[in-house]
Amino acid sequence: MSEPQTLTVDVNGFPCRVWRKGSGPVLGWLAGFGGLPRWTPFLDRLAEKRSVIVPSLPGFPGATGHTLLDNHLDWIVAVRGLLAKAGLDGADLGGASVGGSFAAEMAAIFPASVKRLVLLAPFGLFDEKDPPTDPWAQRNDNVAGLMCADPEKWKSLVAPPEGANSIEWPIEMTRAAEAAARAFWPLGNTQLAKRLPLIEAPTLIVWGDQDRIQPPSYAKTFASGIKGKTIIKTIPKAGHLADLDQPDAVAEAILDWLG
Amino acid sequence: MKLMWFHLMPYTELPDDFNQKHPSVWVDIHSSLFDPKRAHHMYNDFMDELEFAAECGYDAVCVNEHHSNGYGLMPSPNLIASSLARRTTDTALCVMGNSLALYNPPTRVAEEFAMIDCISGGRLIAGFPVGSPMDTCYAYGQNPSMLRERYYEAHDLVKKAWTEKETFAFNGRFNQQRYVNIWPRPIQNDPHPPIWIPGGGSIETWRWCAEMDYVYCYLSYYGYKAGLTTMQGFWKEMEKLGKDRNPYRAGFLQFVGVAESREQALELYTEPAEYFYGRCLHVDARFATPPGYTTEATQRAGIQSMVARAANTASYQSKLSMKATNMKDIVDGGYVIIGSPDEVVEQIRHVATSLNVGHLMLLLQYGNMSKATTQYNTRLFAEKVMPKVKDLFSDWEDKWWPKPMKRAERASIPAFQPRIAAE
Repeated sequence: MSEPQTLTVDVNGFPCRVWRKGSGPVLGWLAGFGGLPRWTPFLDRLAEKRSVIVPSLPGFPGATGHTLLDNHLDWIVAVRGLLAKAGLDGADLGGASVGGSFAAEMAAIFPASVKRLVLLAPFGLFDEKDPPTDPWAQRNDNVAGLMCADPEKWKSLVAPPEGANSIEWPIEMTRAAEAAARAFWPLGNTQLAKRLPLIEAPTLIVWGDQDRIQPPSYAKTFASGIKGKTIIKTIPKAGHLADLDQPDAVAEAILDWLG
Repeated sequence: MKLMWFHLMPYTELPDDFNQKHPSVWVDIHSSLFDPKRAHHMYNDFMDELEFAAECGYDAVCVNEHHSNGYGLMPSPNLIASSLARRTTDTALCVMGNSLALYNPPTRVAEEFAMIDCISGGRLIAGFPVGSPMDTCYAYGQNPSMLRERYYEAHDLVKKAWTEKETFAFNGRFNQQRYVNIWPRPIQNDPHPPIWIPGGGSIETWRWCAEMDYVYCYLSYYGYKAGLTTMQGFWKEMEKLGKDRNPYRAGFLQFVGVAESREQALELYTEPAEYFYGRCLHVDARFATPPGYTTEATQRAGIQSMVARAANTASYQSKLSMKATNMKDIVDGGYVIIGSPDEVVEQIRHVATSLNVGHLMLLLQYGNMSKATTQYNTRLFAEKVMPKVKDLFSDWEDKWWPKPMKRAERASIPAFQPRIAAE
């Protein structure tokens, strides 16, 4: 697995990291809860067939500037600016978890900016009868098992790499959780349900069958709310961050659908 | 020095197996444990105790704000303070305090505090805590990533609402109000009621208190031994900023149990202390660290330096890890000072001088302590301890104490017989 090319773009005066790898048609990807402290096998699989562009949202690893974003409109505008600067205008766009929620917003509010949409267990909805788990009220030792079906997958995502700054690394991991909280506290409900009918892009909805954060039942809510053609794909033996648990299966589902 | 009588208002009848059967005393404590008819008696006992303390001559009575909390039954300390404003005469009323970011609009705090100040004839101390993670982020749903920004903005708004003479528009990031013009206005208007800031051990808070000339209060449940490094850090920072060592810049919370002898004190106070440190501090760790609540600068300092490691004893996470719950450890750790009056005098003098704290906030009721024991503790402290420690810091001026109306100018409260009411 080779490292991607790294660029930095400016959003509201703060740097945001943009990774790029592979060739072929462009596919943008917005990371899930915790962001991407390192390049992952899932992205590598996508890069075998596509030019994968992975911008870091403000406050997630590789990017700052979340502290300027005070409301959902601020976030929407920042994400839109970031995607445009990352060269993703009009491209296929996907995202997981918190990133998936912003991908859906882009397709809803700026329809011309997203060709086809991939949503992997996105945030944004709240059903009182089947509420999402609170990811910010967890004991430390409980988080890995909530994020992934195989807790080791989460642990290796966030483990400091050799040579990492021992002070800044844990702060960066906390910052990612804070950035997600800033956008989605307290329930994860951004009233995205109201905007699903604006999404006309064909949409692939992917969910881990063992998602302990966002209930898999929400896949149907997304499918029935989105105006464009939708397909639901369930990934076995995968938790909330299914791309970490089952990189091959998730990448394959996406690449097959994109064709 | 000033001796202030603080009440947390703990629910006194949590079951013996509370810690085994329930994950947390805070945030999701089960409603079935709350008996409103018992709470009727608890509230009235607690208010009797506060009034009794005022009668005994404490410089202030103190109340604070908690939400969804089995050891703090005051979601609105202002309600209690307004009652105390009528049932006390010369005692300062220390509301410690209102968590500013929880009020929408925050001018509500400016108004209610002004009411208390007016009713009491200018006896209010206005405490502005950020508030604990459990109260603010979980029970009240505030976004931890914006809590401090909202807090500072609300502070600016409240202060301006108190001091600005003309109706003004407030155009904040989080609060926008076209017409800010509070009625009533505080009696203490030169320039406003004293502002005290209860905080943890963050250097940013110390600096802010110094810059604004506010009193910094370290309200730890873990006593003077654990608090020493924090207070040393505070004074070191004051020195760096060119501030004097006026002990009235600081407040500190200390549990005390005084009796005729140390043995009797142990007999009287072991159960309530173990109830408090066992059941009342049984907080689920998942509510301790919402991301963003602790600033990155404080996190960085916490990882880096010894000062902040000490300061970190103020963090909720470290608090939860302390957890001494038997009386020997509680006393050895200095969480609760116990002893005969003379033994307590010696320890209080040591606490005040070693921490250099002029405002000592005393918890003389804790856990399931009965009204009778509380009043015994309160009276004995007032009679036998207070006179032997009051002389401390007499060289310093307390510039942060309320300046009430002269007694002769204040309203007389009819049909009020405090001794009968309290006993």
